[in-house]
Amino acid sequence: MRLEPIANPGLMRRLAPPALAIAGSFLVASLLALIAGGNPFAVFGAILKGAAGSKFALLETLNRATPLIFTGLAVAVAFRARLWNIGAEAQLYAGAVVTVMLGTGALHWPSLPLLVVIGVASMLAGALLLLIPALLKTRFGVDEVVTTLLFNFIFLLFVSYLLEGPLKDPMGMGWPKSARLISEARLPRIIEGLRLHWGFVLALVSALVLWVINTRTTLGFEMRAVGQNAEAARFAGIPVTRVILKTALLSGGLAALAGFSEVAGLKGSLTLDLSPGYGYTGIVVAMLALLHPLGVVVAALFVAAIFVGADAMSRALGVPSYLADIMLASALLMMVLAILLSKFRVVRD
Amino acid sequence: MTASDQAQQPVLRLSNITKRFGALCANDDVSFSLGRGEVIALLGENGAGKTTLMNILFGQYSADAGEVEVFGQRLAPGNPRAALDAGVGMVHQHFTLAGNLTVWENIVLGTQALTAPRLRARAAKARIADLSKRFHLAVDPDAKVGQLSVGERQRVEILKALYRDARILILDEPTAVLTPQESDALFATLREAIGLGLSVVFISHKLHEVMAISHRVLVLRHGRLVAERATADTSHEELAALMVGGAVSSPKIAPMPPGPALMRLSRVSSKGEGHAPGLQSVTLTLHGGQITGLAGVSGNGQGALSDLISGLAMPSSGQLEIAGEAITDWSPRRALARRIGRIPEDRHHTGTIADFDLTENAVLETYASDFARHGWLDWAAARAHAEALIQTYDVRCPGPDTAIRLLSGGNMQKLILGRVLETRPRIILANQPVRGLDIGALNYVHTRLAEAREQGAAVLLISEDLDEIMTLSDVIHVISQGRLSPAFARGTMAPEALGRWMAGDGFAEVAHAS
Repeated sequence: MRLEPIANPGLMRRLAPPALAIAGSFLVASLLALIAGGNPFAVFGAILKGAAGSKFALLETLNRATPLIFTGLAVAVAFRARLWNIGAEAQLYAGAVVTVMLGTGALHWPSLPLLVVIGVASMLAGALLLLIPALLKTRFGVDEVVTTLLFNFIFLLFVSYLLEGPLKDPMGMGWPKSARLISEARLPRIIEGLRLHWGFVLALVSALVLWVINTRTTLGFEMRAVGQNAEAARFAGIPVTRVILKTALLSGGLAALAGFSEVAGLKGSLTLDLSPGYGYTGIVVAMLALLHPLGVVVAALFVAAIFVGADAMSRALGVPSYLADIMLASALLMMVLAILLSKFRVVRD
Repeated sequence: MTASDQAQQPVLRLSNITKRFGALCANDDVSFSLGRGEVIALLGENGAGKTTLMNILFGQYSADAGEVEVFGQRLAPGNPRAALDAGVGMVHQHFTLAGNLTVWENIVLGTQALTAPRLRARAAKARIADLSKRFHLAVDPDAKVGQLSVGERQRVEILKALYRDARILILDEPTAVLTPQESDALFATLREAIGLGLSVVFISHKLHEVMAISHRVLVLRHGRLVAERATADTSHEELAALMVGGAVSSPKIAPMPPGPALMRLSRVSSKGEGHAPGLQSVTLTLHGGQITGLAGVSGNGQGALSDLISGLAMPSSGQLEIAGEAITDWSPRRALARRIGRIPEDRHHTGTIADFDLTENAVLETYASDFARHGWLDWAAARAHAEALIQTYDVRCPGPDTAIRLLSGGNMQKLILGRVLETRPRIILANQPVRGLDIGALNYVHTRLAEAREQGAAVLLISEDLDEIMTLSDVIHVISQGRLSPAFARGTMAPEALGRWMAGDGFAEVAHAS
């Protein structure tokens, strides 16, 4: 048996990978649910109910999807240009740190300008954090997979230091936790009384903006050209290095918005468990979305629903909520395989 | 023994071989046989299915239908080992040697058990020495392959096949990388080999070689065996017509006075990439209304020169002048701004982006200058431009939204040609513009380049094909080891004389004289 490339994959073949990957992950989860003593149908029913069965559940899912949209977009924009940003986790925390630094009383401004300034400053922090590995890549050919990945650990330890030192809340009774944001620096709720903040809207707008950038602007064209074939792009006169650096700024900025949105919209302060790996999950989201910005929104909602639903399911049926992690991991693995199979066909000799 | 007697005792017989790749039928019901001591030439344009057929014979592909018999035994399909054991040796177009090993290690590689404590060097070297003497294949068995010339590497490849007791040699485009002199040496070796009872399948699209070396010629076109001729009973013209299925014509280059000097390189040196040599104090002037041909064996600095002109590299010393202006800042975009049109050597990897559609590839060089305002792309205009290119340059394709990788090489090249010519370039760099194209596309590209010349453009034509260079060029330079020969006017040099320059001989005389 071997693989032969397919000349022109149709729409069905291109949409098949995510569908197959999700179906496959359900299959794996069913087996594990059986082993754990649950009825797969009951398990998935409980996940669905837990994720969207009530107004509260639905809002929780949207809240959980918000940072995943940001990190998913960050990864998608970078991967599209073949800049392998594995460091969205660190960039998220960079945004969160800046939000806390500016939002806990350093600036006493009216809410809107304050939020704009904090948002922009967060993006800058995330952008600069990714600029370092990007410069190392373009200047010295250092593999950005390694540098961005390792930056995650370095930066998390740095945040840990900040929370034990300069940013530690004096009123926090010794917990490694920052002071709370002043009320002007909080992202308000979209509708009073409903637990959903403007960060979600910002995420949707970001996805739309990125979609427009990708399809309508020279930068979007350049990023894709560099990602598809840097040699041809350079030959055609596209400034490859500059495009990679711009991509890094965009990607890092988007990831940082996740941190800004989580702190200013949801948590109100910074702790070391702000992100349960949103930066890494963003990679799954981006891959499931085939790097398409609008697909990222759908994929983030799906992933968030699995997580939120699995928590509820676990409480109701006693099947461990680790099932959610396994579903995502298997979905990603199958996605990689399915993408391959959508471009090739298996030929039997 | 006459040729017909030989054919009666075939050492090799291919019967009804058919091979499909998707919709493409690479080999369609091909049958032939090869006699002992016979050389058959497999002639056809690029893409006619020659290499596929030989890969089936050698077991690298398995055929969808048909079978291969060697010395009367059916060969297991899809198994190169079986082919080797049966006495089939193949010399690939791209060599399969390890540069960091010595000649004898390369030859022995794979013939001795991996578990052996050490290679039996002395016996192996003695055998290699014997073979190289018998077949006039002079190489030093202890030399590192990485330090050998291309011609020597090919000798190692042939020795490798002979060392494995090959009785049938398959040579895939063996002269593509050789100077005329090296080709002659190869032919001498082949004559030696057939004298000793070996049989040879010789793949080529160069007619004069086919006429010189083969007993029989098989012509492949679009995967089908369209003709079989005894070499003695056929002619150059007949084979050319059979190969393309029609008469061949090349554009007329009428003499015209040279225009102004549009580009001047004065003692330019530059760094090469990897093992390829850079330029060594090259002085070159390109005049408007002239085609300047650059002959040379590939890998002798053509890459460095074309990188320089395309804007990818700066001279490390010396001066580059365009239209009388010295260049200090240089990049592909600046080259485009100075109206240099570039047809790159590798149209698949450098000239186009495979998964981009025709529209995107058509505006790859001009999207920012001609199809965007304040960073916003005008896709409607870009698409219209692509449609115009497709029309004007006869690009056969389903439409501008087709991914360019689905196009044939010829149509891909027409799009690149259109992209270049539509900008009305003053200087055109054409690096191997027709390599791998069928005769139709080849003539089209040549005609368009000749037209650009008539309209006053300075064309630099880089090619390994001496015929192409001699047919089209007003002036010819030869490049060897990064050095450039003096300019030779059209019709003043015989191919053999140019061949000596290609081998690097003329340069020594110049150095001597000065």
